[in-house]
Amino acid sequence: MEYIIKNGMVYDPLNNIDGEKMDICIRDGKIVESVGESAEVVDASGKIVMAGGVEPHTHIAGPKVNVGRMMRPEDSEKDVEAKSGDRRSGSGFSVPSTFMTGYRYTEMGYTTAMEAAMPPLIARHVHEELVDTPILDKGAYPLLGNNWFVMEYLKNGEVEECAAYIAWLMRATKGYAIKVVNPCGTEAWGWGGNVHGINDPAPKFGITGAEMIKGLVEANEMIGLPHSVHLHCNDLGHPGNYETTLASFDIAKNIKASPKYGERDISLYGTHVQFHSYGGTSWRDFESEAPAIADYLNKNDHIAIDVGQITLDETTTMTADGPMEFDLYTLTGFKWANCDVELETGSGVVPFIYSSKNPVHSTQWAIGMELFLLTKDPGKIMMTTDHPNAGPFTRYPRIIAWLMSSKYRNDLIENELHAWAQKRSSIATIDREYSLYDIAQVTRATAARVLGLSETKGHLGVGADADVAIYSFNPETQDASSDYMTIEAVFRMADHVFKDGEIVVKNGELVKPRIDGRTYWVNCHFNEELEKNVISDVKKKFKQYYTVNFENYEIGDGYMRRSAPIEIK
Amino acid sequence: MIKGTGDMMSKIILTPKEQPQVPLEVDTILPDTLAGKTIDEIKSMNILYGNTEVELQEFFDVEGESGEDPSELQIEFNGDVYNTKRIGQGMTTGEIVVKGNASMYVGAKMKGGKITVEGDVAGWAGQNMQGGEIVVMGNAGDYLGSAYRGDWRGMSGGKITVHGNAGREIAEYMLGGKIHIIGNVKMLPGIHMNGGILIIDGNVISRTGGEMKGGTIIVNGRIGEFLPGFEYLGVRKDIDVDGEVMQGLFYKFRGDFATKGADGVVYTATAKNAHIVP
Amino acid sequence: MELIKNVPCPFCGTLCDDIICKVENNEIVGTMNACRIGHSKFMHHKDATLYKKPMIRKANGELVEVEIDEAIEKAVEILVNAKRPILYGWSSVSCEADEVGVELAEELKALIDNTATVCHGPSLLAVHDTGYPVCTLGEVKNRADVIIYWACNPMHAHPRHMSRHYFSRGYFRERGRPDRTLIVVDPRESDTAKLADIHLQVEPGKDYELLDAIRAAMKGHKILYENVAGVPRDLIYQAVELLKSAQFGNLFFGMGITQTSAKNRNIDAGICAIEELNEYGGKFTLIPMRGHYNVNGFNHVCTWTTGYPFCVDFATGYPRYNPGETGTNDLLQNKEADAMFVIGADPGAHFPQRALQRMVEIPVIAIEPHRTPTTELADIIIPPAQIGISSEGTAYRMDGVCFTMKKIIDSDLLSDKEILKRMLERVKEIHASESKMESVKEVTSPAK
Ligand code: SF4
Ligand SMILES: [Zn+2]
Repeated sequence: MEYIIKNGMVYDPLNNIDGEKMDICIRDGKIVESVGESAEVVDASGKIVMAGGVEPHTHIAGPKVNVGRMMRPEDSEKDVEAKSGDRRSGSGFSVPSTFMTGYRYTEMGYTTAMEAAMPPLIARHVHEELVDTPILDKGAYPLLGNNWFVMEYLKNGEVEECAAYIAWLMRATKGYAIKVVNPCGTEAWGWGGNVHGINDPAPKFGITGAEMIKGLVEANEMIGLPHSVHLHCNDLGHPGNYETTLASFDIAKNIKASPKYGERDISLYGTHVQFHSYGGTSWRDFESEAPAIADYLNKNDHIAIDVGQITLDETTTMTADGPMEFDLYTLTGFKWANCDVELETGSGVVPFIYSSKNPVHSTQWAIGMELFLLTKDPGKIMMTTDHPNAGPFTRYPRIIAWLMSSKYRNDLIENELHAWAQKRSSIATIDREYSLYDIAQVTRATAARVLGLSETKGHLGVGADADVAIYSFNPETQDASSDYMTIEAVFRMADHVFKDGEIVVKNGELVKPRIDGRTYWVNCHFNEELEKNVISDVKKKFKQYYTVNFENYEIGDGYMRRSAPIEIK
Repeated sequence: MIKGTGDMMSKIILTPKEQPQVPLEVDTILPDTLAGKTIDEIKSMNILYGNTEVELQEFFDVEGESGEDPSELQIEFNGDVYNTKRIGQGMTTGEIVVKGNASMYVGAKMKGGKITVEGDVAGWAGQNMQGGEIVVMGNAGDYLGSAYRGDWRGMSGGKITVHGNAGREIAEYMLGGKIHIIGNVKMLPGIHMNGGILIIDGNVISRTGGEMKGGTIIVNGRIGEFLPGFEYLGVRKDIDVDGEVMQGLFYKFRGDFATKGADGVVYTATAKNAHIVP
Repeated sequence: MELIKNVPCPFCGTLCDDIICKVENNEIVGTMNACRIGHSKFMHHKDATLYKKPMIRKANGELVEVEIDEAIEKAVEILVNAKRPILYGWSSVSCEADEVGVELAEELKALIDNTATVCHGPSLLAVHDTGYPVCTLGEVKNRADVIIYWACNPMHAHPRHMSRHYFSRGYFRERGRPDRTLIVVDPRESDTAKLADIHLQVEPGKDYELLDAIRAAMKGHKILYENVAGVPRDLIYQAVELLKSAQFGNLFFGMGITQTSAKNRNIDAGICAIEELNEYGGKFTLIPMRGHYNVNGFNHVCTWTTGYPFCVDFATGYPRYNPGETGTNDLLQNKEADAMFVIGADPGAHFPQRALQRMVEIPVIAIEPHRTPTTELADIIIPPAQIGISSEGTAYRMDGVCFTMKKIIDSDLLSDKEILKRMLERVKEIHASESKMESVKEVTSPAK
């Protein structure tokens, strides 16, 4: 099937195209140079054309996500969708059911989404849910920042052994990237504790967060994975944590990115950095240190971040940062789920209400915005809500509107937010507004590049996957800065979405709900000789300490409908 | 009495034909939605019958006259609708009278107006109720004036009166408003209660105020068994409950200290409850 | 003879994955490592009461063998014509089958529910209100110095559970049993209770009172009565001190507390107690002792597809949920249900009398390999290939760790999943032709 998208205004930062009126040709699922006469024409005149959105960090599948649903029928009940034709029913405002998750991302013009936390032992569960998340291409990041094997290798300085173990684990769990969450802190949570900062060792293992980050970044580049280490820093949510954040970022400064696939140039990815940009010593003198973080980003090229923007909603927090979730539970008193996973990781889930009347929440909102607006190069920053932690991903259109309109922001700051938003941050003094080009950068291009997927994702050049979103907004006649409500509406429901060259959203309606996306994973081949030794060591420990046999740990290809391995040799 | 009760009111009478074994759901049939409609329009409004939508007239004869103003409109279910759910769910104004029994969710999420049921109501009447009034002349089922599953914000306003008995876990997660049961109740009244007033004139089997953090429960009858997490504060005379004085002697307890920061109060008439004083 | 190793056992929620099956001529002739009940599950194929073909009950009550297509057609006809059908069971089939089941329920606007409705359903209700602080079983083995069994008797119901996770040595518990303190709460002197360091012999049905006292005492409050639920106040204080000084504690609980007296509130109070115990410097978690090997799997599948773990009502086209209203037993006892489809469960043996009465009145379809009390009531019986023995699929252990169940021997029968898929396709065909007929009607009817 051939299509030609005619006369749209194209925003494609990876190809330096900034609002040029041009045609996009599609054949057999790919963007091509030209198509024949018979190609179906989609008229995009007076509309925006972008590549399909790429979500670098979200929580949409797996044990903690599902416990978030299971624990919150009151969240499910308030947002339901009936079955309609081939479209499955679903429920959930902050943690939508899997089908609804796929549909809602697609409706916003997103075509790729990465599940950011996969406990290796429970990888099957993650993949089972991903299979039931339609349309989107996806992948999942195995959690390794509190893994006993990793801690032992790195404690002994055995970075290569660690790399060999990770290479095997990526294949065994069909994982995509190394995820590190509160390194050593979640292990400490195994005993009800936490670590503070990057130099506080894990109990009984004696290794620190700093050593874990360094070793894992080295191992990552030794293997040559497409993505960098994906880091959720220590001390999440603590006043004064920005120092830990900057110190963590600095660890990777002199390690060179060496991907064997893709065009990544960073050696570290910092996630939901809004939660890690806090000054002060307590909630009383709490203030923004986003300018310091943005300054670091402006001066250094080895790091990129996603924001984790607060959307001021009632939502559900969930992370492998077990001790943080417990603290949040004692703060709110609502309810708390936790799952510690033997030898590997932990997690927690807590409902949370972000309120515009609350001084801290208002400041958190401002900190996220400052990160976006003070970081000069949108090639270093990505839009996320750390869904659903800072708010559901369905609020992305609103964040886009905030970024594009200082008027929208100021109305909020002046009329709704607590005064702290202005007093404890610099947000009220910033009048920068994102362009559509910037938006395309932070919602697609940057993510595709740092994930190592920019050959086929995040842009509209020839050879890219034909994942395309068309939005009904005419930048020649409409002004995003004043017409921010329209921006919010058009990014919530794209006019057209193509996935792999097929029209899945047509005139604002999802028409192909039953399409399956790819599962990206890394088929790593590191040092096979070394890997053999490592695995025989791993097998011994399996017998003693796991409750699952080694042979039942590796998951098969059956847990992916469209397996898309990335070969690393 | 709420505004408009009496001659001024326009009235729609829904006389049930046979109640089916598969339940009906009528949350679409409210003063809010019937106001301004003709009888013919009302007849063809959709209700749920099992898993299919049917017209109201399939199960009800519709008579009377609607008006423009929902607050001046009364809907009368003229007969026993024991298998009809969600009567008055979400209503904000006007009046509903049921001349027999009603099924689950009477007045759930109700914000205003008044519902009177002359017979019994099944479970979850007044669930997450915010305002208005429900009067049940017969008995009420479980979870009267409770919260939806998982919600820690239950009934927050309004008043419920039950002239008969009530079931388990009434006033669950109650935050505000008032519930008055004239008969007896089963176990766990006021479970996880955080505010509001629950008055029980009859007896309670057990676990009054389990895990309560706030609010007040008054039991005038006998409490079969009381929870060990409460603190006994002594005897009080003629207690003041939200501006109203309740006469007599009461044992006063505070708790349930099973929960953190508990500050709920339970009063029980001394007459029948010496056995629960430590 | 062939030895098949690392086989997960498709019987209880322990889901041991180290079974060795001895296979000869497409028959399992023996097992190693399995407990007595696991072993008999694997050997069951020899049982004379296994169905070999689908059957339909004739008007005279007699069951006659039919071809699979006919059985499916009849089953679909019943379900499509029902106004309030129930699809029940799902705890001894694969997650893949559960997924098709949820879609079938959605397509039929039916109610779907699993056996949690009669075992750990109250636990799920408590999870909604208070949360779910759990860990995987290996955490218990490696870290736990205090283990509580409340109202469960693993020595009988989960025979290998204690040897695998309690007596066994762990990374931080090098000696195994001697490194752990065992607390058992049970009215009975069960075999598990006999092993206990502290046995709190609670009066039957008084678990809520005991938990209330424990929680108040934990926070330094005086327990109001000298004796609570048959347990002396001082013993409660002593147990609380022990709990508060634990490094890592875990609570296992069973049906003796989920299904008695305060039901979900027992679990609610238990969960809260565990949560609060994390505030004293140590770590505490819990794990419900789930019965069927994949009862947890259904709850997960149902949750990620609909938002709710069981008791999901599709009558309106979107999922609705309220156990007590939308449970299988609620529908049967209220006589709402007008057809019932049963798979991977035996309600005939476990449901209360009033529910069974309704099952007698309405058409019942059973997907079931053996003769059971349920098949005695069934109008249509379709035997499937058994998962974990003659078909593959995923199952979730009680702690959420999931396994790929193995196919050990071949079977002529369709798997649960295949049977469901065929039914789903048929239902869709019927619905499509119905809506076509309707649109034809609309076109041919005179213009409005
Ligand atoms: S304990 Fe349970 S899972 Fe393990 S072998 Fe026995 S029946 Fe099977
Ligand atoms: Zn995250």
